[in-house]
Amino acid sequence: MNLNAIAENFSVSRPAISQHIKVLTECGLVIIRQQGRERYCEAKLGQLGQVASWIEPYRKEWEHQFSALDHLLDQLQSKSKSKPKTKKRKRP
Amino acid sequence: MNQTTLKAEPGKQEIFIFREFEAPRDLVFRTLTDPVLLAQWMNPFNMTSEIHRYDAINGGAYHYTQTDPKGGKHVYSGAFHEVTAPERIIRTFEYLNLPERGHVHLDTFRLEALPGNRTRLTVHSVYPSVSDRDTATRPGMNTRSLKTTLAGSCPLPTAPGAPTSTSSFPKHDETGQRLTGR
Repeated sequence: MNLNAIAENFSVSRPAISQHIKVLTECGLVIIRQQGRERYCEAKLGQLGQVASWIEPYRKEWEHQFSALDHLLDQLQSKSKSKPKTKKRKRP
Repeated sequence: MNQTTLKAEPGKQEIFIFREFEAPRDLVFRTLTDPVLLAQWMNPFNMTSEIHRYDAINGGAYHYTQTDPKGGKHVYSGAFHEVTAPERIIRTFEYLNLPERGHVHLDTFRLEALPGNRTRLTVHSVYPSVSDRDTATRPGMNTRSLKTTLAGSCPLPTAPGAPTSTSSFPKHDETGQRLTGR
């Protein structure tokens, strides 16, 4: 898509579109290729996935610990429920 | 299974962790404040925990070491600002393996009772800087890569003449005491 085609989709001025595209280019979300007199923009949205996933390993690590906590909470609750039946005698 | 969700917006110093549990609030609170119970679940990266001190009371303190599967020791300490059973714990947290002291964050644990003997936990952590938060939330980093990250992405205020090389990191033994004179 060239810059004019992009600008037609928005009500803002052409220079404003250029500015926006420049920022997106700096972020690596858009690359511009010069072909003759036209400049074609290509969206590179793969990096947006990184924004969402940068925290995923941290979340997984908490998930791992909280799963262990689920298990412990289950144990503690079943222990307190069955306490009257399985009351252990203290060793002498 | 209940899902763990996070809220961490780019460029902010805070992170929220949300999780619900199929257990009453009193019991969940106990697993956060009783060191014997805590050591049974709070083991990231298959580490094992040894808790040296854990006084979960107003003005109390804690100090523990986690050992990773390769034998590496990771030492943590902090103070309890407020412990109000069964609803709130506010504490400071510091990872003592970092190349320098002072990267302390503040954690607030809120426990909310839900119908059906369920509990919602919200952990809100506030870090001294955005890069502190981003570094702390990249798990599995050893001290060297942390050092690289700290040096590369955020120019940390360093006292003049402060040691900066890898070999002069503060070393800790398993009790977390700084080893000196080695």
